[in-house]
Parts: sequence; C-alpha cells; structure tokens
Amino acid sequence: MSVLLIAEHNNTDLRPFTFNAATAASKINADLHVLVLGNKSDSVAKAASEIPLVKKVIHVDNEIFDNFTAENYTSTILKHVDSYSHIVCSANTFGKNLMPRVAALLDTSQVSDIVNVISEDTFLRPIYAGNAFATVKSTDKKKCVTIRPTSFDPAPSTGGSAEIVKSEPGDKFESSKFVKREEIKSDRPELGTARVVISGGRGMQNSDNFKLISAIADKLNAAIGASRAAVDAGYITNDHQVGQTGKVVVPDLYIAVGISGAIQHLAGMKESKVIVAINKDGEAPIFSVADYGLEADLFEALPQFLEELNKLNSIQK
Amino acid sequence: MMKILVAVKRVIDYNVQVRVKDDGTGVVTDNVKMSTNPPDDNAIEEAVKIKESGKAKEVVAITIGDDKAQETVRKALAVGADRGIHVKVDGIVEPLAVSKILKKIVEKENPDLVFMGKQAIDDDCNQTGQMLAAILNWPQATFASKIEVKEKSLEVTREIDEGLETIEVNIPAIVTCDLRLNEPRYASLPNIMKAKKKPLEQLNASDLGVDTKARIEQIKVEEPPKRKAGIKVASVSELVQKLKNEAKVI
Ligand SMILES: Cc1cc2nc3c(=O)[nH]c(=O)nc-3n(C[C@H](O)[C@H](O)[C@H](O)COP(=O)(O)OP(=O)(O)OC[C@H]3O[C@@H](n4cnc5c(N)ncnc54)[C@H](O)[C@@H]3O)c2cc1C
Ligand SMILES: Nc1ncnc2c1ncn2[C@@H]1O[C@H](COP(=O)(O)O)[C@@H](O)[C@H]1O
Repeated sequence: MSVLLIAEHNNTDLRPFTFNAATAASKINADLHVLVLGNKSDSVAKAASEIPLVKKVIHVDNEIFDNFTAENYTSTILKHVDSYSHIVCSANTFGKNLMPRVAALLDTSQVSDIVNVISEDTFLRPIYAGNAFATVKSTDKKKCVTIRPTSFDPAPSTGGSAEIVKSEPGDKFESSKFVKREEIKSDRPELGTARVVISGGRGMQNSDNFKLISAIADKLNAAIGASRAAVDAGYITNDHQVGQTGKVVVPDLYIAVGISGAIQHLAGMKESKVIVAINKDGEAPIFSVADYGLEADLFEALPQFLEELNKLNSIQK
Repeated sequence: MMKILVAVKRVIDYNVQVRVKDDGTGVVTDNVKMSTNPPDDNAIEEAVKIKESGKAKEVVAITIGDDKAQETVRKALAVGADRGIHVKVDGIVEPLAVSKILKKIVEKENPDLVFMGKQAIDDDCNQTGQMLAAILNWPQATFASKIEVKEKSLEVTREIDEGLETIEVNIPAIVTCDLRLNEPRYASLPNIMKAKKKPLEQLNASDLGVDTKARIEQIKVEEPPKRKAGIKVASVSELVQKLKNEAKVI
C-alpha cells in the first residue's frame, strides 16, 4: 500500500519540514503520494511534484483552504485516504493540530512524533520529554503518523516530475472561523532548520538584553531561541521557544546563554551536534549536556564573544 | 449560562527525573511523585475564571485512570471545580480511547465547552482534544494562550510555530490549553477540606461501552542515547578557538 503525506505550505511554497517528512514517509513505503490542499496553490503542487521521492501529487485547490484549518482539511483528507495504508505529516503545530482529527475519524490510534522508522508498522518515539524512547507497533489497519522533522534529513527538492492529479474538496466546516495570523517575520534562518542556534534564558533579564544575542546571531547567521522562562517573562515572542512544549532543534551548534537546563528545555535541543553553555552557575544542569561549558557572567562573556568572532578571518555560514 | 467540562490527567510530576525500568517495559512509577498534568491545571483555572466572571454556572472535572487518578479530580475541586467524575480504567489508555470515553460523558452531561491540556507530559501525544473534537464534530481551538468568551462563540489565540493565530469557534467547542493561558492558583487548606465534600461520581469504562484495548503495542522502552560529558573552557577566547579549530562549527 502507499503513503499519503499531507503537505504543509503557505499557498506559495512548501514549508521546509515537508521535505523532512517526505524522507521519513518514503522510509515507511516508497510509493509516496503528496496531498496539497490550498488556495491558488499551483506553485506548491508543482514544488511537491519535483521532489524525486514523490510518485504522485493530488492537488485540491479551493478557497476554503486559504487558512489551513484542521476542520476544513480533515473532511477533504478523509475523501482521499481509501487507497493508502499510512497518512503522515510533520509533528509541528500544523501536524499536531491536524492529524489527530483525521485519525479519530478513521478510528486509528495515532503514533505521534516519530524519530525513526523501524518497519511499516513499528516506530521509535520519545516519551517523557525525551527521557525515554519507546518502540511502538501500530496494529491499526490505516496508520496515522506524525514525524519529528528534525530527526530526518530534508528530501532533495529538485529533479522529480511526478504527475499532478486535480481533485475536489470535502465539505466546508461552518462552526469555526479564521480571524488572523500574526507571523513574526525575520531575515534570520528558521529556528527549526538553522545550522546554528543561540538561545537566551531567564538570565538575560529583559528583552533589551537580547540585543547581545542578536548581535552574535547576525555574525553566525544563527536563529534565535529561548527558554520558556524567557518567553513567559516577555523577553521574546513564543515562536522562539525551544523545548518539550516548544520547538525541537538539532543544529550543528547550539549556544545556551543564561539557561539552567531544565529537562523540558533539554528535550528540545539535546540532540544538537555541538552544545555550548554560558552560565554563571557552575552547577547548572545545562553543563551536563554541553560539549563546551563556560562558567561566566553572560554580560561580560557575550560582548567578548562578539569581539573574538570579529577577530576571525572567516566564519562558516 | 455555560457548563464547562475539564479533563485532567494524573502523570509523573514534571520535576521528577524519569527513569526507565531495567526490563524495558516502561518507566519507574513506584514511589514516584505524581501530579496533575501541568496544562490541565491551566484548563481548570481558565474554566473557574470564566465561572467567576459570571459566564458559566458549573465546572465539572473529569479524569480517566486507576483509583489514584481521583487525586487529580480532588485537586481540581479544591481550586474551584464544582463536581468531579472518575472513569475507572487500569493501565495505559490511549488518547483515542480517552476521547471515546469523554464523548460518552459529553453526551450525558451536555457541556457547552470542554477544556483540556494541549499535551500530556508522560505520553507527549498531543492528540486527545483534537480527537474528541473530531468524533463530536465540534470545532477545536488547540494550543490556546488567550480565550475571550463571546455571546455564542469563543475567540481564541493559538500558539503556532510562526507566531500567533486567532480563530473564532462556535459553542460547543473543544479548547486545548497552553501553559501561558493563565497562572493556576494554589489550593488553600480550607478549600482542600471543602473539596472532600464535593460530589465525585464513579463510573467504569466498561459500563460506558467503550473498548479501551490498546491499539499500539509498546514493544520496549529504553534510555535515550547519553551525551558524552564535555569540557569546561577557561575563557571566551578558548571557547572560540575550540569552536573554530576543534569542533569546526564556526
Ligand atoms: C509542562 C512543562 C513544559 C515546559 N516546557 C518547556 C519548554 O518547552 N522549554 C523550556 O525552555 N522550558 C519549558 N518548561 C519550563 C522549564 O521547566 C524551566 O522552568 C525553564 O526552562 C527555565 O528557563 P531558564 O533556564 O531560562 O530559567 P532558570 O531556570 O531561572 O535559569 C536561569 C539561568 O540563568 C543563569 N544566569 C542568571 N544570570 C546570569 C548571568 N548574568 N550570566 C550567566 N548566567 C546567568 C542562572 O545561573 C540560571 O542557571 C516547561 C515546564 C513545564 C512544567
Ligand atoms: N486519562 C485521561 N484522563 C483525563 N484527561 C486526559 C487523559 N488523557 C488525556 N487527557 C486530556 O487530554 C490532554 C492531552 O493529552 P494527550 O493527547 O495524551 O497528550 C491532557 O492534557 C488532558 O487534558
């Protein structure tokens, strides 16, 4: 049987995690089809068809998909699932919101947030904020799976030419209405896919001090992250939160500044390749996962860090 | 005036360092501190606040689990819920089965709103609210960080990867709560005492006609890969040198 991947996009481009999800989906079964539900979204269907792993794209273009509500998506997805053994998408806020609604109506027990595909029905997933890994086997006929995008490499985006089949939407859901989306635009790389992430915690003391972080982020072409405490205190917006209830990041370099290293924060960053911790408390748990720990006052260390970076002849971007 | 049902789950306390059992069958729960799943406290708090503002007449807390799960309902009663329901099931109950049990209770109780947490911190599933909304064919407002109660609808601000999204859902609706929705209150001693006298109804999942058999086999549970301990550097310049020449990441 085949796998149906639900594309995440903005009606113009595929969102980056769709490529990671495509890799995971093709590991479940090579006959990978992509469902694109959008409004004036021909460019998205085309982009999906160019992923070499993709065998077919089903494209439903309708104004009810302008804002991607789970309710409107679900009825259309259900119309298209008959010939598929697996329905998959990313385990980010898009997929987390959507997939359980689909799974429940298929009477399927969803497997959330997988980090490895062991076989068509068996998957590895973290539980307890990543303090344990469970190997689980789904016994449902149709399987609904969400994929932790950072655990899979993005699929190549060019070279394919899958056929694009047009299809029709399901019923519109009348009891909910999209009002607005406040997207925080930034010129920096996306947190989820950045090669370098520098995060600030409660130790930053206020939002103004995050300038010390952004100066370094500019220099390293890094994304900016934060602990929940920093977000809760209003130093920075929620889309920067890393952790169990925020985003999961796996950059080549993660720099934690003024972050103690609570398990809920570690859940979102401890798979990073190289971890740096800057903290004035030598006993802070963040040091137990750091490759390089610097016990120092961040208000002295960050300006020095910037100075040292300025001295370098070249910096990887 | 509205009636609000709030689902609360008993989980290992978020401060506990969870340990995997040697035989790989799960995690150690014996003699481990248990608490209400953190965002479920936010769900209760929000419901109680709406009642205090005069827009709801009753808050009913429900839990699904073994006998000890009643503690979470008692705690909800101590911070302002009016009565409780405990549906007894032993062992792991998957979100799909929980949502089916909740549907039966919704059909019996006819609430206008169901509030729940966005994610249980034990299974980290993030499914139950969306599933309940699906099988009731109700709208869902997930990951809520702000709720405004209107005449026949709610305006909900949701935390999404890109920032914030606002939607309007007609009542009846399901809301799953983020930790930033509010600041849960503590239960005072007199209120804990009073809560002991509030009604707590007991039901069995089997009496509700819901099949709770697991659909997902847990084959094994293991420790995550351990990170090798790193080093402490003495200065910022040493750090930068190491990142450049040893780790080669900058
Ligand atoms: C259900 C649940 C989910 C959660 N999800 C998340 C999540 O997704 N992400 C997350 O991050 N947290 C999450 N948390 C919160 C988590 O438990 C911690 O409270 C939070 O991570 C602490 O943030 P922090 O390290 O910035 O603050 P603190 O723990 O207060 O640490 C601040 C650190 O800064 C250091 N510091 C202070 N001043 C300086 C200075 N001048 N120079 C250098 N160092 C300094 C201190 O030594 C300290 O180590 C969650 C909690 C719960 C209950
Ligand atoms: N056994 C349960 N009893 C009561 N509520 C539950 C139970 N399981 C899940 N929930 C609710 O569903 C939310 C999401 O759980 P989950 O889908 O398991 O991440 C929780 O925050 C609770 O509000």
